Amino acid sequence: MLYLYDGALNVPQILKDWYEQEANSNYGAYIPFVGTVRSEDGIEGLSFDIYEPILNSWFEAWQKRAKERGAVIKMAHSRGDVMLHESSYIAAVFSPKRRVALEFIDEFVEDFKASAPIWKYDLKGGKRIYALDRSTAIKGSGILR
Amino acid sequence: MVTVEFLGPIQKESLKLEIANLSELAKILQNDEEMQPWLENSAVAVNDMLVSSRDIELKDGDRVALLPPVCGG
Repeated sequence: MLYLYDGALNVPQILKDWYEQEANSNYGAYIPFVGTVRSEDGIEGLSFDIYEPILNSWFEAWQKRAKERGAVIKMAHSRGDVMLHESSYIAAVFSPKRRVALEFIDEFVEDFKASAPIWKYDLKGGKRIYALDRSTAIKGSGILR
Repeated sequence: MVTVEFLGPIQKESLKLEIANLSELAKILQNDEEMQPWLENSAVAVNDMLVSSRDIELKDGDRVALLPPVCGG
């Protein structure tokens, strides 16, 4: 369950919707992670590009891993501009017991940062500046050099 | 004809090329000065599957994409 939105996420609504979707699924743990845009280096906000075909297959592979351990992952991400103190990312894991969800949320978010085909830009002085210094080359990069 | 797309911050129009493999694509892009830094740090996908080697044959209608460093969240 991957949800993409134009602009900032409506965090209370999404968390509530996900809670209600799984309310009768007999999961004992619901562990969400919410990513919020912080004020730093004079930015006005962040902006995101997403390449959906590869994001979808990356997410499906993770969902399969979660299912094998009786868990389910949900993720929401913004496209386009998200301003200071708004949120652009929510990931959540539901599992029968807390340990699986706690481990999965950590592994999932780390791999998301390193592999998900999403590009971040700083919004600064009316410009959209690619955040290269905070970005990670996907595993296997550089084969054409 | 193979379509080559440049994703995210790479400001380059997509190309349509008569190429048979990724090594031929590498040669073409290595001659493009603005592409040099991106070749160092970009991943490559063929038909939306990431690949880890140049030893990939390409056929008519295939789509290649270059994915520069990512930062979601």
